[in-house]
Amino acid sequence: MTPHLPLLIPLVLLVAALLAPLVGIVRYTWVYRLALVAVAVDAGVALWGLAEVVDGGTMTYRLAGWQPPIGIEFVLDPLSAFFSAVIATVALIVMVGARAMVVEELPRKEVPFFTTVLLMLAGFQGIVLTGDLFNLFVFLEIAALAGYALVAVGERASPLAAFRYLLVGATGASLYLLGLWFIYNLTGSLNMRDVAAILPGSWDNPALAIGLSLMIVGIGVKMALFPLHGWLPDAYTQAPSATTALMAPIGTKVGAYVLIRLLVFVFGGPLVTDELPVADVVMWLSAIGIIYGSILAIAQRELKRMLAYSSVAQVGYIGLGIGLANPVALIGAVLHVVNHAVMKGALFLVAGTMRARLGHSDIGRIDAAVTRKLPWTMAAFTVAALSMIGIPPTAGFFSKWYLTSGAVDRGLWIMVVVIMVSSLLNAVYFFRVLERGYLRHDDDESLDAVVRDEAPPAMLAPTIVLAVGILALGVFNAVLVNGVLDLIPPAGW
Amino acid sequence: MAEFWDGGYAYYATALLLVIGLYAILVKRNLVKKLIGLNIVQAAIILMWVASATRPDATVPVLDTHGEQGKQVVDATDYLNPLPHTLMLTAIVVGVATTGVAFALLISIYRRYGTLDEAELLEQMRGEPQ
Amino acid sequence: MRSYYDDRIVALSARLVTPFIQLFALYVVFHGHYSPGGGFQGGAMLAASFLLIRLSIGTAAAQSQFQRSWGTPVSSIGALVFLGAGLIVMFFGFNFLDYAGLPLGLSDPELRNAGILAIELGVAVTVAATLTAIYDDLVGEPLGPLAGGLDEPTVVAEADQVEGPEWDVEFGNG
Repeated sequence: MTPHLPLLIPLVLLVAALLAPLVGIVRYTWVYRLALVAVAVDAGVALWGLAEVVDGGTMTYRLAGWQPPIGIEFVLDPLSAFFSAVIATVALIVMVGARAMVVEELPRKEVPFFTTVLLMLAGFQGIVLTGDLFNLFVFLEIAALAGYALVAVGERASPLAAFRYLLVGATGASLYLLGLWFIYNLTGSLNMRDVAAILPGSWDNPALAIGLSLMIVGIGVKMALFPLHGWLPDAYTQAPSATTALMAPIGTKVGAYVLIRLLVFVFGGPLVTDELPVADVVMWLSAIGIIYGSILAIAQRELKRMLAYSSVAQVGYIGLGIGLANPVALIGAVLHVVNHAVMKGALFLVAGTMRARLGHSDIGRIDAAVTRKLPWTMAAFTVAALSMIGIPPTAGFFSKWYLTSGAVDRGLWIMVVVIMVSSLLNAVYFFRVLERGYLRHDDDESLDAVVRDEAPPAMLAPTIVLAVGILALGVFNAVLVNGVLDLIPPAGW
Repeated sequence: MAEFWDGGYAYYATALLLVIGLYAILVKRNLVKKLIGLNIVQAAIILMWVASATRPDATVPVLDTHGEQGKQVVDATDYLNPLPHTLMLTAIVVGVATTGVAFALLISIYRRYGTLDEAELLEQMRGEPQ
Repeated sequence: MRSYYDDRIVALSARLVTPFIQLFALYVVFHGHYSPGGGFQGGAMLAASFLLIRLSIGTAAAQSQFQRSWGTPVSSIGALVFLGAGLIVMFFGFNFLDYAGLPLGLSDPELRNAGILAIELGVAVTVAATLTAIYDDLVGEPLGPLAGGLDEPTVVAEADQVEGPEWDVEFGNG
């Protein structure tokens, strides 16, 4: 069983996705249980894989027994094991609450919804685990197509938001494919390790620069890196709450994973820092994205849209960590991946709860009555908000600490300023919600008359678990960093 | 001048296709025309890959086992590179699936708004309450 | 309103040609090893034969060929055949999709031949079912009041009531 681990992580979800329509014909209530069980099994396998890799080193798996570079291989190294564990665990926690949201917003559409969710998660796990550049494109498109479909089933303008997401996303993937063409013609191989070995001989070839740039642009679309983020606000806002709760914590992180894999492992440190200024470009674009996202989040009146712009800013932190090109910053970026996944998961679950219980998620209509109705939900929101701002001992503080350390190591004080300023901006838009929720109420209505109408346990439990997770990740972050994340940066970074 | 075109004319043609497709995605107002532009971009990239698989005086990569008897050694340079063809098969399937999803989205948009013109759609979308 | 499917010449030609299309599609699937062809190509041609009947005779009559409700389940089954072929070998200790582990008593290249054929058949079935399902969901017509619980597509409007965008094609004008 153990040598098959790198394969099982995406395979479990893929088989479940294929069984779901058949199960749905027999009895459609079983599909959700199938999805939940599949994601739970996958989380177990992914965590097992992480444990194996931390103990025993990188695992590879040759599909069909063919040796790379002829065959496709799946690689489970500390980076991919960590990401796959994060994806599966966060997906599991959110899936527990997903059914309540789907029943509320998408009645009678459980079977296609959960089938597509399983396909999307299988695509994400495949992206994270593959060691072949073209296989990466295939899984990228699997996840993306499932994502377009999941975004489109919301209300009002969601098909339009999904269509615009499709146009940009498909063009980005096509540009990635074009960049891959240059790399393939230069090296003759598609295997990541092989390309990394062959490339250093052709650094002066302009085709390499073009290929690299095209691939970065393509991945930047998926990751919502600054100028390529335009699809994100509309897609996250218009999508049903269940979709956003599943896509927002993990979708853009997978793009960040690909960026890390390409820049750090395939193309290698010296190429992207000294020869071509790729890391610097990523760094500056991320910095602009952080400020841009934070400022625009302040201007929003609706909670989901505010959180969407906030996501643009948070992905900027991850890009900043990658672009700073030193191990401490990279650890900060990867730590921020898991922190943000947990934080945004909690925040979007809160938004979903508000929609389910109040019928809206407008910030202007939040007041103390809302907090009376949903006390635990607002408490979870508060914890997540403090973490997003970066207040110790919540998780957000520590990832920003590592990022700031990385910036200081490079002497880039402007990045430190960017991180500080953006934390203040985060405080502005989160405190606005907290102030309304705890301190503002109409005096002509007595608060004692408000009946507590908390979320159903299926939705409340994941929210609380994620909020507790934020605190746990903060307090125990040293364990995570020393145990797992320190293994990630390779020697030359 | 001949060296400029020699062997590379396929790439210039497909690069032109790529630019035409990008123009359609960016400039055209009708959503269906944007989708056609996306298809053109995908077709151009697929053609670039396939065009790069040729070799001078090469034939299709099908091993002729029923041909000359006693021909034991196969010279790989006699045949085209089959790998890009296989990869592009997958890319074509991906393109078909994307187009299918896009058409479903377009039909849904048309049902809700009655138009497929992007400017009108954005107006209607902005006019709605959030 | 005149039905679109009254033309007997079109109907007869379509019915005559369809079996040959399907035969050729099977040929393409089976000859994926030796000549251009394989799962996706053959599946697309198979779907073309289904769509030909749907376009020329109507969805209601085409149900006897490939039912609407079969689309998604059949495509799942085809993909499961693919994965099943890969998973069987795992029980014999080989890696996923390593056809040398198939439990048929053949030599190694012949086993790989058989394995590739199995997955190509699965792919062809999946592709045919999926393309037909795409057509049915986008363009397919309601099957009538006795359709038996299938979701009916909502027709946008009667053709003469909507100001269509410029790509609308005028049907039934002659």
